[in-house]
Amino acid sequence: MRGGLARREVAVIGIGETAFGELWDKSFRDLGIEAGLLAIEDSGITAQDLDAIYVGNMSAGKFIEQEHVSALVADYSGLADQHLPTVRIEGGGACGAIAILQGAMAIASGVHDIVVVGGAEKMTDVADARAGEILSATADQEWESVFGATFAGLYAMMARRHMYEHGTTREQMAQVAVKNHKNGSLNPNAQFQKEITIDTVLKSGWVAEPLTVFDSAPLSDGAAAVVLCAMDRARKFTDTPVRLLGSGQARDFLALHDRRDLTTIDATVVAGKRAFHTASLTPQSVKVAEVHDNFTISEIMAIEDLRFVKKGLGGMATEDGETALNAKISVNTSGGLKARGQPVGAVGIAQAVEVVRQLRGEAGKRQVQGAEVGLTHTLGGTGATAVVHLYGRVN
Amino acid sequence: MAIPRFWREIPSRYNLYGSKCGHCGTLDFPPRTVCPECGRRSIGKMESVKLSGRGTVVSWTVIHDAPAAYEMMKPYVLAIVEMEEGCRVTSQIVDVDRAAVKIGMRVEAAFRRLGSEGDAGVIHYGYKFRPST
Repeated sequence: MRGGLARREVAVIGIGETAFGELWDKSFRDLGIEAGLLAIEDSGITAQDLDAIYVGNMSAGKFIEQEHVSALVADYSGLADQHLPTVRIEGGGACGAIAILQGAMAIASGVHDIVVVGGAEKMTDVADARAGEILSATADQEWESVFGATFAGLYAMMARRHMYEHGTTREQMAQVAVKNHKNGSLNPNAQFQKEITIDTVLKSGWVAEPLTVFDSAPLSDGAAAVVLCAMDRARKFTDTPVRLLGSGQARDFLALHDRRDLTTIDATVVAGKRAFHTASLTPQSVKVAEVHDNFTISEIMAIEDLRFVKKGLGGMATEDGETALNAKISVNTSGGLKARGQPVGAVGIAQAVEVVRQLRGEAGKRQVQGAEVGLTHTLGGTGATAVVHLYGRVN
Repeated sequence: MAIPRFWREIPSRYNLYGSKCGHCGTLDFPPRTVCPECGRRSIGKMESVKLSGRGTVVSWTVIHDAPAAYEMMKPYVLAIVEMEEGCRVTSQIVDVDRAAVKIGMRVEAAFRRLGSEGDAGVIHYGYKFRPST
């Protein structure tokens, strides 16, 4: 079974996140603990209810020279004397989403009843150029990076090929950034809360042609956490549990050049199919989605690969406003990685936090009307890993 | 980074040695121990083969925001090249007018300096590509 989560139902009963941004006065441990405690408080559980902690973190070893962060997080959460099992999950940008899957599997299998899943990254303690190198480490170091490939450069080659094969334009890609900044302007925790125009994107400096600075998600500090609970115990803690309906994780070749098609992330296609199959749902049932927009082209490919639109029409659908707030499908209502921010380890969890908030009807000015099912989509590296989760309201 | 990390890749980085599956004939670069197509049927049947070095650009970019080690080269053209044997590789395109680079362009491998370990460290070499006819 490669998708799944059916044996025992899993609910999200608590959510928490920090503000995202360049948070110089906050350390990795400050951020992780802040998000974790907010989620625990939101859920109403106590330390004695907790069975385990799962931590998504891409590269604390490189960003802050700290390994063994699972122990650090348990310790500074005040849980050292509970002697809880804690697990740190890696997987590039997808680590947080994988951590949710691992926590949920522990509950679905009956091993645990209640777990906290947190994710955090502290990216601004190193210089920008160094942070870029660390991100590139999720690509193939020996056969991509050594030859001068950067993370943005690899996505730029997907963008170039997408423009060539499907007629996608720079303006259509720019519209992803414009939309996500607009959504970010409605999110008090977002790193960027100012609207931008298409010209802002087109006229900002090149990172890797055809992608500019404003086609790219920022470097960020931040953390997010969720409390997962067996559905049969969830009502004890909350009146608004949100059900994890289905999940899928898939991998592909590590290096971009080895993949079947540069304009499709096959791992997304497969992870999406597995999640929809488990949940017995179709993409048409999803009204709100947080997808991995580390670059503007990534969101265009994601909405195609998740089958929200036909292959090749992602740019046009974005340009036509189909993915705007309360349009056909509301994509990246939080502002996405682009405007909300990209603390890598926190990304997959923050996506879950936003979707749960939407399904509970607690998203304020950016509330999607009538959302019953929400989706998160998270990528690791240039698409060697993809994770899709589906969440639903419990009526 | 330790010098052996670069030494051990010399056959592929200098001379484009890949592997050919003795079961299905698929060619992989860099060499693989297991063929992604055949799995265990390929174990022990992977042969070393040298690529011709000729290929076609599948996609490309111009890198403006480069890691410190590549700062001196920027802006530089990076491409995914489909080799005539069918496998694909990533490297830079050099000796080229950037305005002339396009998808479908024919290129050939050239031996070039890839980078160095700081000012006094080991210099490492490998393939880049240049336009061919």
